[in-house]
Amino acid sequence: MRSLFFQILLVAGIGFFGYTIFQNTLHNLEQRGISTGFGFLDNEAGFGILMTLVPFDETYTYGRTFLVGLLNTLLVAALGIFFATVIGFVMGVARLSKNWIVSRLATVYIEVFRNIPLLLQIMFWYFAVLRPLPGPRQSIKMGESVFLNNRGLYLPSPVYEQGFWLVMVALALAIVASILIARWAHQRQEKTGQQFHTVLVALSLIIGLPLLAFLLAGMPLSWNMPELQRFNLTGGMVVIPELAALLTALSIYTGAFIAEAVRSGILAVSHGQTEAAYALGLRPGTTLRLVIIPQALRVIIPQLTSQYLNLTKNSSLATAIGYPDLVAVFAGTTLNQTGQAVEVIAMTMAVYLVISLGISMFMNWYNKRIQLVER
Amino acid sequence: MKKIHVFASALALTAAMTSNAFAGATLDSVKKKGFVQCGVSTGLPGFSSADNKGNWSGLDVDMCRAVAAAVFGDSGKVKYTPLTAKERFTALQSGEIDMLPRNTTWTLTRDTSLGLNFAGVNYYDGQGFMVNKNLGVKSALELDGASFCIQAGTTTELNLADYFRANNMQYTPVTFDSSDETVKAFDAGRCDALTSDQSQLYALRIKLGNPDGAMVLPEIISKEPLGPVVAQGDDEWFNIVRWSLFAMVNAEELGISSANVGEKMSSSDPNVRRLLGLEGIKGSGLGLSDDWAVNIVKQVGNYGESFERNVGAGSSLKISRGLNALWNKGGLQYAPPIR
Repeated sequence: MRSLFFQILLVAGIGFFGYTIFQNTLHNLEQRGISTGFGFLDNEAGFGILMTLVPFDETYTYGRTFLVGLLNTLLVAALGIFFATVIGFVMGVARLSKNWIVSRLATVYIEVFRNIPLLLQIMFWYFAVLRPLPGPRQSIKMGESVFLNNRGLYLPSPVYEQGFWLVMVALALAIVASILIARWAHQRQEKTGQQFHTVLVALSLIIGLPLLAFLLAGMPLSWNMPELQRFNLTGGMVVIPELAALLTALSIYTGAFIAEAVRSGILAVSHGQTEAAYALGLRPGTTLRLVIIPQALRVIIPQLTSQYLNLTKNSSLATAIGYPDLVAVFAGTTLNQTGQAVEVIAMTMAVYLVISLGISMFMNWYNKRIQLVER
Repeated sequence: MKKIHVFASALALTAAMTSNAFAGATLDSVKKKGFVQCGVSTGLPGFSSADNKGNWSGLDVDMCRAVAAAVFGDSGKVKYTPLTAKERFTALQSGEIDMLPRNTTWTLTRDTSLGLNFAGVNYYDGQGFMVNKNLGVKSALELDGASFCIQAGTTTELNLADYFRANNMQYTPVTFDSSDETVKAFDAGRCDALTSDQSQLYALRIKLGNPDGAMVLPEIISKEPLGPVVAQGDDEWFNIVRWSLFAMVNAEELGISSANVGEKMSSSDPNVRRLLGLEGIKGSGLGLSDDWAVNIVKQVGNYGESFERNVGAGSSLKISRGLNALWNKGGLQYAPPIR
């Protein structure tokens, strides 16, 4: 009874504290003649943004700048998580390799990149590596239609013509068929012990079926080539150096931490497991895939989760090199043009909180799924 | 760093527990701490930049020194807070700085919705473009399709968008936090043109690897009246900042300079005598000592002296007076009379 009373008192106290701060802020803002509220989100922004994944120009609203910044942040976070995971797993396994040179190289990579501050690495890639590239007129050409210069990497962009939907339908069919085949093969193996080359069949389905549809529909795809105009290359698509530098630095930095997580996970599986698997006649590849990795994952996943969270939050360092992420666009330019610091910062913090909690929830769900089920 | 800065300022706003810190409080707090906390740019030659010993100088810095001279009789009692364009308003709103003379453009939005007041115009500017000479561009109208290095959170960003929209041209903005970064990016060829207030372009050109390789285009695409800003709600402090500027302009008009202010004390011209606090309302209206304007002129100089020393003939920028000449010399600098 008494403990309940104190708990209620504590909650009430925290609630009152929050309420006081909220009221105080409103009062102070009003006192100083600073506009409040979220009405500014509907006003015309009037400035341009370097890279946008959704249509945007000066006539769109401040609310749209929020979306543009958010998508740019999500893009760099998603790509970063993908590359960091690939680098991390390869390097983590390489560090345990019996090949001396491979394991040494992995060790050097991990120790170097893990111990240099991320901001410095971002600046290194941006200012030291990508800045000195030649200008648009002296672009490095790779083939006829790929250009690399200090404004970015210019690639041809695909233009979908009439009939391309057939290819998409074929791809969807192939994926569904592959899933069904995999399920059937699994059941057959359970029953009869016979194995089936699921991966090979699925791969040829997923590549072959859309290709066939593509040829039948009369190749409904053309390319928009980048061309040198007076100032810049136009047409095609461009990977801006700000994105490249940020992505490289984030992937390599976080990859080094993930490599260590992977190594610790693999080392945590006792050697007896490997020996037992060999004794049953499993080959080394199968042993790794079916015995070691599933057990190692239990150790790796929680660490991986926190690395993913770090990567997402670190992506806000983008503002140092001018990549238009949420912090640079929304908590930067928009905040400054509207002056509504409290609202803008609150929205920005809420976004990072939601992204982080989202990643956390997904990883926790995955972690639970692979946990040891005791029978 | 910037993030932390903005965040801290926002937090300071949130947590400011005193219900009404304002109304006459700025002068008191300035006197109590013994110096004026002045927000300036992170380094813009001619307006506010620090030398290798950490001494600040420039037209905007002179504004801070003039206010310190008026309040304390000592123009040295100033502390400087270098701010990027993005950080400046939050710093002022949260009370972290007392005044903000930071080449800031006076606009309706800023005057009305940020809780700020512009105390005057110490430099009439306009936005221009700088390009590499070897690009062969002679006019801004030839810049269709070009990319531009700009500083985030400035009116420059907005004017550029307006200009290209009005002329049906395409452009790519490459945005950085500080003007230093925009110059570096322009120098390295990340963009075709650098756009900013024209005075800044001259100042930034000095920082290029090869200043002679770049040229400023003739077009001015906007009005940029730059002036010192104070927080809204403290009229007394607002008056002090505003009249410190007016005193400098009036002093130039009356021919009073740091060199001759001593002998002008015995002048019989009533206009001169009123400015120097020998007759009329003196310092009482502003709540300052009677020799407030004498101290400004003696220690900082009149507007013309400050201009020539920092951005004009006596500096490396060599900007002509142009719009910033006195009203009776064909310019716009006009101060209400001191009487």
